[in-house]
Amino acid sequence: MQFMLLFSRQGKLRLQKWYVPLSDKEKKKITRELVQTVLARKPKMCSFLEWRDLKVVYKRYASLYFCCAVENQDNELITLEIIHRYVELLDKYFGSVCELDIIFNFEKAYFILDEFLLGGEAQETSKKNVLKAIEQADLLQENVDFQTRLFAV
Amino acid sequence: MSVDGPSYFLASLRRRMPAPIRLRELIRTIRTARTQAEEREMIQKECAAIRSSFREEDNTYRCRNVAKLLYMHMLGYPAHFGQLECLKLIASQKFTDKRIGYLGAMLLLDERQDVHLLMTNCIKNDLNHSTQYVQGLALCTLGCMGSSEMCRDLAGEVEKLLKTSNSYLRKKAALCAVHVIRKVPELMEMFLPATKNLLSEKNHGVLHTSVVLLTEMCERSPDMLAHFRKLVPQLVRILKNLIMSGYSPEHDVSGISDPFLQVRILRLLRILGKSDDDSSEAMNDILAQVATNTETSKNVGNAILYETVLTIMDIKSESGLRVLAINILGRFLLNNDKNIRYVALTSLLKTVQTDHNAVQRHRSTIVDCLKDLDVSIKRRAMELSFALVNGNNVRGMMKELLYFLDSCDPEFKADCASGVFLAAEKYAPSKRWHIDTVMRVLTTAGSYVRDDSVPNLIQLITNSVEMHAYTVQRLYKALLDDISQQPLVQVASWCIGEYGDLLLSGQCEEEEPIQVTEDEVLDVLEGLLASNLSTPVTRGYSLTAIMKLSTRFSSVNRIKKVVSVYGSSIDVELQQRAVEYNALFKKYDHMRPALLERMPIMEKTATNGPSEIVQTNGEAEPSAVEAKHPPPVAQPANQANDLLDLLGGNDVVPVIQTSMPTKPASAGGELLDLLGDLSLSGPAPAPSVPSSQPPFLLDGLSSQPLFNDIAPAGIPPMIAYNKNGLKIDFTFERANPNPNVAVITIHATNSTESEMTEFVFQAAVPKTFQLQLLSPSSNVVPALNQGSVTQVIRVLNPQKQQLRMRIKLTYTHKGSPVQDLSEVNNFPPQSWQ
Repeated sequence: MQFMLLFSRQGKLRLQKWYVPLSDKEKKKITRELVQTVLARKPKMCSFLEWRDLKVVYKRYASLYFCCAVENQDNELITLEIIHRYVELLDKYFGSVCELDIIFNFEKAYFILDEFLLGGEAQETSKKNVLKAIEQADLLQENVDFQTRLFAV
Repeated sequence: MSVDGPSYFLASLRRRMPAPIRLRELIRTIRTARTQAEEREMIQKECAAIRSSFREEDNTYRCRNVAKLLYMHMLGYPAHFGQLECLKLIASQKFTDKRIGYLGAMLLLDERQDVHLLMTNCIKNDLNHSTQYVQGLALCTLGCMGSSEMCRDLAGEVEKLLKTSNSYLRKKAALCAVHVIRKVPELMEMFLPATKNLLSEKNHGVLHTSVVLLTEMCERSPDMLAHFRKLVPQLVRILKNLIMSGYSPEHDVSGISDPFLQVRILRLLRILGKSDDDSSEAMNDILAQVATNTETSKNVGNAILYETVLTIMDIKSESGLRVLAINILGRFLLNNDKNIRYVALTSLLKTVQTDHNAVQRHRSTIVDCLKDLDVSIKRRAMELSFALVNGNNVRGMMKELLYFLDSCDPEFKADCASGVFLAAEKYAPSKRWHIDTVMRVLTTAGSYVRDDSVPNLIQLITNSVEMHAYTVQRLYKALLDDISQQPLVQVASWCIGEYGDLLLSGQCEEEEPIQVTEDEVLDVLEGLLASNLSTPVTRGYSLTAIMKLSTRFSSVNRIKKVVSVYGSSIDVELQQRAVEYNALFKKYDHMRPALLERMPIMEKTATNGPSEIVQTNGEAEPSAVEAKHPPPVAQPANQANDLLDLLGGNDVVPVIQTSMPTKPASAGGELLDLLGDLSLSGPAPAPSVPSSQPPFLLDGLSSQPLFNDIAPAGIPPMIAYNKNGLKIDFTFERANPNPNVAVITIHATNSTESEMTEFVFQAAVPKTFQLQLLSPSSNVVPALNQGSVTQVIRVLNPQKQQLRMRIKLTYTHKGSPVQDLSEVNNFPPQSWQ
């Protein structure tokens, strides 16, 4: 995977994870173009599109679009499963996740993603293990900050 | 920093500013902004506060501030002033700090900035941290955005962690290694030992990432590939366990056990089995098993099937397995899920070359997909349909594809039209069908047809001799309907110009011949000239067509009038053509019939699809010439015809026009000999033309050398021919700016008592040269050396070969015709070096 973008129906970016080195300017350009392209798609269209020299796999969950750019040799159908797994993880963590959760807790969304994917590939295929790791890390954060709770983010 | 008890209160008292607002607070506030301007204001205010806080080196709130900065960055605001702060957070001992710090590094830093290198040491320390979650953060960051320098520095640490027994770290280290290898491929070797027992792991996370690592290594190095082939049995075993094992809650997805791992294993097997019989053999069974046993009701099952099919098609599988794979794809095509259909079409496109017959079986389903609503599916279906057209199904397929062409989106039309032309060319069952198909495309998608189709179509029409009357009639009728589609109009004009006589005579056999008068036809053509819809190129075609009709129709006066009117056209191209045609009427009327004769059959070059630059005289035609000309100029070398150039109309003022060493022969006789052993390509069976001197471009009536800025290179003149009183001298100049061009002016003088009339000078050069003959000053050589006929020859000699020339002279002397052939070999070296 080269990058993953989450954005709302209005085109507002909620999360961006880049696995390839690009300048800020390029990232903004790509984001703008891709968001436009995906938002222009009709509901009956398939979840894949060819964009530049990449394959883009996207799926809409409620008000959020999850959009991944993968390479030509990647399996689009399993990418859909990856997206779905990420949504499930978010759902388990936040308890019936909605867009607001991701807006207000974006750093947590990133932490979860980073526990699931690394360098664009899945590092853990067990839902349970990903959630356990996040839980432990959260605890670690709490314990160390126990006495400085006031300074929590 | 100690944060309990009294020191905390002291610190808080000492604090000059109020505590920075919390992240969630900020988010809430910003979301209340009703306009972009309001939001920007809030952001700017907060940024200012954060900047001050950073300046104060406040450790306590750094984390919070950076988090807020990251939020604002996501909204699109600049956050580069937070980069160093991220580094400080990473260096902190607090886990929260590190977490946010590494996140910030991944979002704000990139390898183009030197700042990122400062991270290297922190990461190194954290890779060796006592807490695995800290190590995890470091591995994640390195594996996500580590630059080549960082990777080089830290590869050793990653390699160490790849050997740890801690599966949490091991899986991360594997993917981190993948990133390192991608950035610094030379480091791949050092990870080899650690891969030894990766696949013996029970932990799925480690297995999955290990397979990814092995895949990366095999893809990059044939040696690695050979080395890892021995893992095939082990991989097969793991895959088998996944399929056969019972329900495993931890890895289950809709009844399938760890589909992610299955897919990755299948992909690795594909790479290992490719071009290797033994490995392919070893995986045949498991592939068959997966293909038949996988549940297909949900996407996840189909994802595995998809990968299986790809693997079967790529390795050396037995034919039964391949048929199984194609059938799976065929079933996919019928699936309700669009995504599955899309994926099937893509895969079929890849396999259609190798397993053509198997794919043919699904042809009707594929053709149905042309009607799908989804653009990507339509495109795939179109490409696949074209790939499936063959001699047997061409009529049926074309019908579907033409229907598709009618109704498809503009973005498809060009490709579809080209595809139809190609397929028609290859498989047309009859000439009539071919022409009909071409006509259909031109009339329905005429404006989307590629420019180079026009010459191809004209060639096709020319060569379908028996269909000329039918073709021109249909094209004429099409023009009456619609003159907006330029390629159609161009082809039609050309045809009318060529075959206008057939149109009049009503000779059409294929359908009811139409009744049309000369005036009506000329009306149509003149209408094209005048219309706003016509492009300059089209106008050129029309004018030329009108001119050609002067030898086919009787309304010569009308044509003369049109031509002279356009002699003062603002369009330079038209003006030039008109002027030349005018000249043709006035001064060279005797040549007109021959020049405007019917085109000969053109031999096909080996073109497939868009015509390539064609070889003429062993040299490529300048592409500028091709772009504007009707096919004749872009046609096979054998044609080299003056006629072609004239009829094409030339705007090649600065460009050297290919000239004709193979002059059109009268009954193929003399010129063949003329050119015979100058090793030229065989001349074409061209219709006869007595004289071969086109009144060329520029002001064809001038006998002046073309370029007046020629610096005389001091090349001595020579006598080329001297016989029976006729003497021909050659004088030389070098044309600037092209040093490969020699400009020769011939001076023909007559020392006899009677003049030589109808004097024609012809010349031919060997293949590696190009020759251009401009028009002579006159065709009467006065007697007793009282004057001379001059003519300019331009010779292009890019290979700097020795110049040789054969010349042929014809004239009438004292009432009898005289003809002579001669060779000119005594060119001074400076003329061609």
